[in-house]
Amino acid sequence: MSEPNQCNCGGDRRGFLKKILASAIGAVLTLVPAAAGLRVLLDPLRRKTAAGGAVLVTSLEALPADDVPRKFSVIADREDAWNKFQRVPVGAVYLRRTRGGKLEALNVVCPHAGCFVDFNAAKEKFICPCHNSSFAMDGKIADASSPAARGLDSLEVEVRNEREVWVKFQNFEAGKAKKIPV
Amino acid sequence: MKRILDWLDARVGWRKLTHEALYENVPGGARWRYAWGSTLVFCLMVQFVTGIFLWMNYAPSSQTAWESVWYIQNQVAGGWLLRGLHHMFAHAMIVLMALHLMQVVIDGAYKAPRELNFWTGLVLLQLVFGLSLTGYLLPWDQKGFWATKVATNLLAAVPVVGPALLKLVIGGTDYGHHTLTRFFALHAGVLPGAMIALLVAHVALFRRHGLTAKLPKRKPDAPFWQDQVLKDAVACLAVLVTVLFILVKPRLFGHGAPGIELGAPADPTEPFSAARPDWYFLFLFQFLKYFPGQSEVLGAFVIPGLVFGLIALMPFIGRWKLGHRFNVWFLFTLLIGAGLLTVAALREDGTNATYVTAVRQADRDAERVRELAGSPAGIPVSGAVTLLRNDPLTQGPKIFSAKCVSCHRFGGHDGLGGVPKDLQSASDLKGFASREWLTGLLDPTRIGTTNYFGATRHGSGKMVKFVTKKVAAFTPEKREQLGKVIVAVSAEAGLKSQREVDGREVKLIEEGRGLFVEGVGCAECHAFHKPDPDASGPDLTGYGSRAWLVKFISDPAHADFYGERNDRMPAFGKDGMLSAEQIGLVADWLRGEWYGAESVEALKR
Repeated sequence: MSEPNQCNCGGDRRGFLKKILASAIGAVLTLVPAAAGLRVLLDPLRRKTAAGGAVLVTSLEALPADDVPRKFSVIADREDAWNKFQRVPVGAVYLRRTRGGKLEALNVVCPHAGCFVDFNAAKEKFICPCHNSSFAMDGKIADASSPAARGLDSLEVEVRNEREVWVKFQNFEAGKAKKIPV
Repeated sequence: MKRILDWLDARVGWRKLTHEALYENVPGGARWRYAWGSTLVFCLMVQFVTGIFLWMNYAPSSQTAWESVWYIQNQVAGGWLLRGLHHMFAHAMIVLMALHLMQVVIDGAYKAPRELNFWTGLVLLQLVFGLSLTGYLLPWDQKGFWATKVATNLLAAVPVVGPALLKLVIGGTDYGHHTLTRFFALHAGVLPGAMIALLVAHVALFRRHGLTAKLPKRKPDAPFWQDQVLKDAVACLAVLVTVLFILVKPRLFGHGAPGIELGAPADPTEPFSAARPDWYFLFLFQFLKYFPGQSEVLGAFVIPGLVFGLIALMPFIGRWKLGHRFNVWFLFTLLIGAGLLTVAALREDGTNATYVTAVRQADRDAERVRELAGSPAGIPVSGAVTLLRNDPLTQGPKIFSAKCVSCHRFGGHDGLGGVPKDLQSASDLKGFASREWLTGLLDPTRIGTTNYFGATRHGSGKMVKFVTKKVAAFTPEKREQLGKVIVAVSAEAGLKSQREVDGREVKLIEEGRGLFVEGVGCAECHAFHKPDPDASGPDLTGYGSRAWLVKFISDPAHADFYGERNDRMPAFGKDGMLSAEQIGLVADWLRGEWYGAESVEALKR
């Protein structure tokens, strides 16, 4: 490239102003599309989980008072971006009735990394198939070497109309020692 | 800081690169006419940025493409702006490309040694057209779908390989998921990739040969930075401001939401007479109208190919004496010709009643589906297209105008606001079964008009005689009783528009029911809430309700209705002229039973 014949168009001050102006306009040109894109990118941050009320999960007849946890699907309305689903499975819970008649509900999601735990009837424990966390029947961590930071998440459960089992279904942030609803 | 920069410079050599980039020589100093190329690079940059963010929200399949775009447009914060920028900058690129090409040809910048420069530019132009064409389909709305269908179907006209080529492009024998996945891969992957490669070559060659100075030089040479950069930046800013202005214009002038439109979702079963390519392809669309039958391949491929070939040969033509003049003249003729064809296309459409109606209907459908998609029920997994297909407000008038208006009317028109060609020869069904409608039916001065029984066989029937003779002679007391009967019969319909008042007037309705049987004399011919084997008129139990209407439309000559006295009304259901769903849609529409908007008219902006 040949060296240009520098022109002194109006002196240094004018040149400086032009430099400032060109840079400023350049910044606007970059920022407008970038900001429009970033605003859309960050849109998920303003979304919140719809506060779910209690849902009917099963009846007491399906839940003998024998201490043994049983798994039930939770059917509720769900929203996925533009689609709305009515009465679809949104998760699952382990329910059990103790011999003393107490009703307990646990979310099946392992609080470590979110896998679904299995109930092993022989060992009387919940075992996570992913990283071997194990939980006692009441949901507490059974083995100190479990990578899970807390026990299985208990859920509010109540009996309505003498036989219907209603659970307030919620998911919680994985990996934390405290239960924080997502 | 300086040490870090030095370290980086020793490895990357950024100082030299920056110097080369900024101190490129501008012969004769900065000029506005050199800014076109930069505005195009700016547009491309905007398209890359906005495109990638759109990509994060877009789902290419025939049940999610429109839906995800609707979501971007209406639910995501700032989504309308992002999509608007991407859309409008695509248009801006076409305009700027034409201007850039003109400037290059006028200034002779295509001549040796810049032939490759010119040719890469021409390929870039084709790529931009390719991006426009593929991008037009992606929202999967009626307009994009039908326009793309027409455009791609032209491929089939290519000799020998045409049909195979078409299958490859649309991903099968029909338009659907694979058309979208392919177009999207082309639009967001293949074409932009090719574009970057060619743009690098284009700019590198431009740098190698330098700017083509416009002679005579007005000023001494100057570096690119800062005078030319400033001019380029201002030109880009002008493009940006223009685009933003167009996007917010609807809000500034108070007509509607900002941003760009999104049509109704693509429906391959719903003909769309408003299908047109985008404005920059209209000239080609118009051009094709002049090629009858099998000669279409001439208009679609051969002639455009020859013209483009001639443009590509410009660097050689330009070597001859007068060659440059020919090139300039040729390009202008071409642009003026394209302009005239575009004007012709627009004028033809403007006076084409079918097209105008189709556009109006398209606007209405677009508006309606937006309302439905935003309803609490939302968009079903089967896609937004089913929202319109199952919507009484959308389908009712369409079915009515196709099947019912050879006799009936709806508020004096065909349901869609048009005037039917057949004369009205049966009742006007707007507000059917409402108190108002029944009041008219039982009005001695109105029952004999065409809006009720006037033009039918029933015009000389028992009902008309009853109303014109007996009702006309009613005492004020009887007239009041009749009013109560009207309220009671109308309540049978359970119309949405009367639900509130019906709920308030339970006692009045009860009274009216009693008077129906003993009082004004309706029960002499009509059955009402109990079987009456002697009834000669239609059974009015549940009159105007959905079940009653569906049954009536299915078979008006049924013993519960007109029986043998039925006039010309066909048994739409029994004879299979309409499906059960269609009859249900018409019934719901006549009853005003739909989500949201007051009426079809209310949908018009």
